[in-house]
Amino acid sequence: MAVAFDEMNIPGGDLRPAYQELARWIKETPPEALEYRRQEAELLFRRIGITFAVYGEAESTERLIPFDVIPRIMSGKEWALLEKGLKQRVRALNMFLRDIYHGRDILRAEVVPDDLIFQNPVFRPEMNGQQVPHDVYVHIAGIDIVRVDAEDFIVLEDNARTPSGVSYMLENREIMMRLFPDLFARHRVAPVERYPDELLSALRSVAPQGASGEPTVALLTPGVYNSAYYEHSFLADKLGIELVEGRDLIIKNNEVFMRTTEGLKRVDVIYRRVDDDFIDPLTFRPDSVLGVPGLMSAYAAGNITLANAVGTGIADDKAIYSYMPDIVKFYLGEEPILKNVPTWRCREPKDLAYVLDNLGELVVKEVHGSGGYGMLIGPAATKATIEAFREKLKREPEGFIAQPTLALSTCPTCTASGLAPRHVDLRPFVLTGSKTTTIVPGGLTRVALKEGSLVVNSSQGGGTKDTWILDE
Amino acid sequence: MLSRTAENLYWLARYVERAEYLARTIDATLRVTALPATYIGKTNEWDSALLTAGVAASFYQQYQEANEANVVDYLSFSASNPSSIRNCIEAARLNSRSVRTALTSEMWDTINSAWIELQEVWSKGTSTREELAKFLRFVQETSLRFDGSAYRTMLRNDAYWFSRLGLHLERADNTARILDVKYHVLLPEEEHVGGPLDFYQWSSILRSVSALTAYHWVYRETLKPWLIADLLILNDTLPRSLASCYGNLVRNLDQIGVAYGRQGPAQRHARGIRNRLEHSNMNDIFQHGVHEFIQEFIADNSRLGEIVTKQYLI
Repeated sequence: MAVAFDEMNIPGGDLRPAYQELARWIKETPPEALEYRRQEAELLFRRIGITFAVYGEAESTERLIPFDVIPRIMSGKEWALLEKGLKQRVRALNMFLRDIYHGRDILRAEVVPDDLIFQNPVFRPEMNGQQVPHDVYVHIAGIDIVRVDAEDFIVLEDNARTPSGVSYMLENREIMMRLFPDLFARHRVAPVERYPDELLSALRSVAPQGASGEPTVALLTPGVYNSAYYEHSFLADKLGIELVEGRDLIIKNNEVFMRTTEGLKRVDVIYRRVDDDFIDPLTFRPDSVLGVPGLMSAYAAGNITLANAVGTGIADDKAIYSYMPDIVKFYLGEEPILKNVPTWRCREPKDLAYVLDNLGELVVKEVHGSGGYGMLIGPAATKATIEAFREKLKREPEGFIAQPTLALSTCPTCTASGLAPRHVDLRPFVLTGSKTTTIVPGGLTRVALKEGSLVVNSSQGGGTKDTWILDE
Repeated sequence: MLSRTAENLYWLARYVERAEYLARTIDATLRVTALPATYIGKTNEWDSALLTAGVAASFYQQYQEANEANVVDYLSFSASNPSSIRNCIEAARLNSRSVRTALTSEMWDTINSAWIELQEVWSKGTSTREELAKFLRFVQETSLRFDGSAYRTMLRNDAYWFSRLGLHLERADNTARILDVKYHVLLPEEEHVGGPLDFYQWSSILRSVSALTAYHWVYRETLKPWLIADLLILNDTLPRSLASCYGNLVRNLDQIGVAYGRQGPAQRHARGIRNRLEHSNMNDIFQHGVHEFIQEFIADNSRLGEIVTKQYLI
C-alpha cells in the first residue's frame, strides 16, 4: 500500500496553505485545553442526545459517535472542483434511473449489461413507466469521497437510497462554534446552516401536481429504535415538518393522510427514511409494520412524492458502481470529474483471473452485501481465509467485485498520545429539486480513530470531524 | 398536530407527575414509619403506600411482606413494576425521544439529564437512607424542573394543552387515591380520635401531596379530618385538589376546543365533573360516604382519560 496523502503536511516539512492558521493555533493551545474541550464536546453530545443505536447490543444501548475537535479543512478551490464533480455525478444518477425505468437506452447501447439490472434484487419492476415529478429520483444523495493525492477526488460509494449523517455535519459545526469561537474568528469558514432550508425547498419543489400551493411535507421514520432516529427527529425539527411513523399515515382514495388531533390531513411529499423493502407491506415485505399499506398505489396514482424515489438502489448498487464513469459519459457526453476506484468485475473472465492471482492485495466485496459483511480485505486476511474465499469466488464469480486497498488520506486527529494522522473520508450531501442542485459546502468527515485503521464506520470505532471549506 | 405526538405529550406529563407522586409517597411513609410504634398504631404504612400507588396486587406476586426494603425497591427501582419511578422515568424519556420535535430544549434537557443521572442509581440502588432521600429529592426536583420549563418555554398551543391535560388528570387521580386509601383515618368515629396516631397520619397525607403548609395557611387551625378532606377535594386554591385539577382540565379542554373550532364529549364530561365538585360541600360528601364519593370520582376521572384518548389521541 502506498504512503497515505497527508492533508495537512507536505512531505519535507511545509504545510498546505489551508492548514497554516490551524497549525499556528494548535501550537498556541496547550494540550490540556484541547482535552478539556474534547470532554466538553462529549458532554454536549450526550446532553443533546446525539446518539445512535447499535443493533444486536443490549436494549436501550445508545452510543455516542466519538467527535474529534480538530477540523478537517479544504480550500475553496478544492471544494469548487469537488462540487462540480458531485453535481455531475448526481445528474447522471438521476438520468440513469429515469432511463432504467423508462426507455432503457443505456441497455440497448450495451453500456450496462441487462442482467445486472433485471436480475438485481434492488431493481423495482413496480417503478417501470412510473412518472416521478420533474424526473428527480435521488433528491438527497450522500456521495462517499476519498482522497489519495492532492489532485483527485475518488467516489467510494454513491448512496442514493436513504443516506444518513447530515445531522452530524450540522451538530458538529454548532458544537465547534460553541467551543472554539476564536478559531472561527481566525478563519473564513463557509457556513452549513442553510442545509435544512435548502432541503425543505428541494422537497417542496417536487410536490405532485395535485398538491396545494403550500405542499405538506412529512418525514417518515421507522421509529425511536432505529439507529438514525436522532437524525430523523433533528431534521424534522429543523425543517418544521411532522415526524411521522407508518402508523400515523393512512391511505384514502389513493391519497396520503396523517392522523392529527384535528382529523386527517393530506400529505404531499414524504421524505422517507424507511427502506423500499419496508415502505408498503402490500407491495413489498408483507411482514413490515414500519410502512403504510397502500402507499405504493397512492404513489402510482401520482398523489404523493417519495424522496428518494422507490427503486434508486439500482443506481448505487456495487455491481453498477464500476460502470459509473461510462454512465456519466453516456448521458452527459462529458468526462467524469470524480474518479472511480479501479474495480475488477469478477463476472468477466479476464478480471476474475487477475483477482484470483492477486487476492492478497485486493479488497473483494459481495455485490449485494453492505456494512462490510462478506468482504475480504486481502492484506489483513490469513492464508486460510484467502483460500476459502478463493473457492467461494470461483463458485460464483458474478457475485463479487474487487478493488485495490486504498491508502485513504489522513488528517491530524486527537489521540491518547497527542495529535497524530488518521485516515478520513468525506460524505457531502447533494440536494436535487425541480430546478436546482445544491450542496452545502463540506459534508460529514468520518475518521478512523485507530492507528492505521481504514475503517471509518461508526459501528467499528470510527468518529467524525467538522469539515471546513475556506471561503477565500 | 399528529395524534401520536399529542398522545406522547399527554403520557409524558403523566409519567413525570406519577414519578413525583411516588417519590412523595415514599418520603411521607418513611417519616411516619420512623416514629415510635405507639404513634403509628397497627396499620402497615408500607402496605398503604402500595395501595395508594395502586400496585398492591402485583407487589404480592413478587414479595411476601410489605416492609420498607421491599416496598421502596418495588416503587422506586423495580424494572418489573410498570409504574415504578424507574419505569416512569424510562417511559418519560422514551416518550420525549418520540416527540422531541414538540418539546422545547429545556424540557428535553430536564428529562434526558435526569435519565442519564439515574442510570447509576438503577444499577446500584441506594444503600443508605441518605442516598434514598437524595434520590427522592432528585425525582421531585426533576418534576418541578420539567413542569417549570414546560410552563416557561412552551408555546401556548395544543402541544402545551395536551401536556397539561396529562398532568392534571394524573394529579387528580393521585390525590383521589391517597384520599381513598386513607379515608378511614379521616373518619371521626374511629376509636382513637384526635390521638397522636391521627395527627401523624393526617400530616402524612398532606405531606404526600405537598399541602401541609398550605393547610395551615388556609385554615389557621390544627389538623382536622374534615378540613383536610375539604382542602384536598373542594378547595380550588390548592393546586393538587380535585377541584383545582378540574378547573384546569376544563380550561385546557376549552382552549383545545376553541383552537380546533369544535367541542366534544371530552369537554362535556370534564365540565360535568367540575360542576359536581363545585356544587358539593363536605357535609354532603360525608353523608354520602367519602369512600363512595372518591370511588366515583376515580372512575369518572379515568373515564375522561378514555374520552380524551378517543377524541384526540388515536
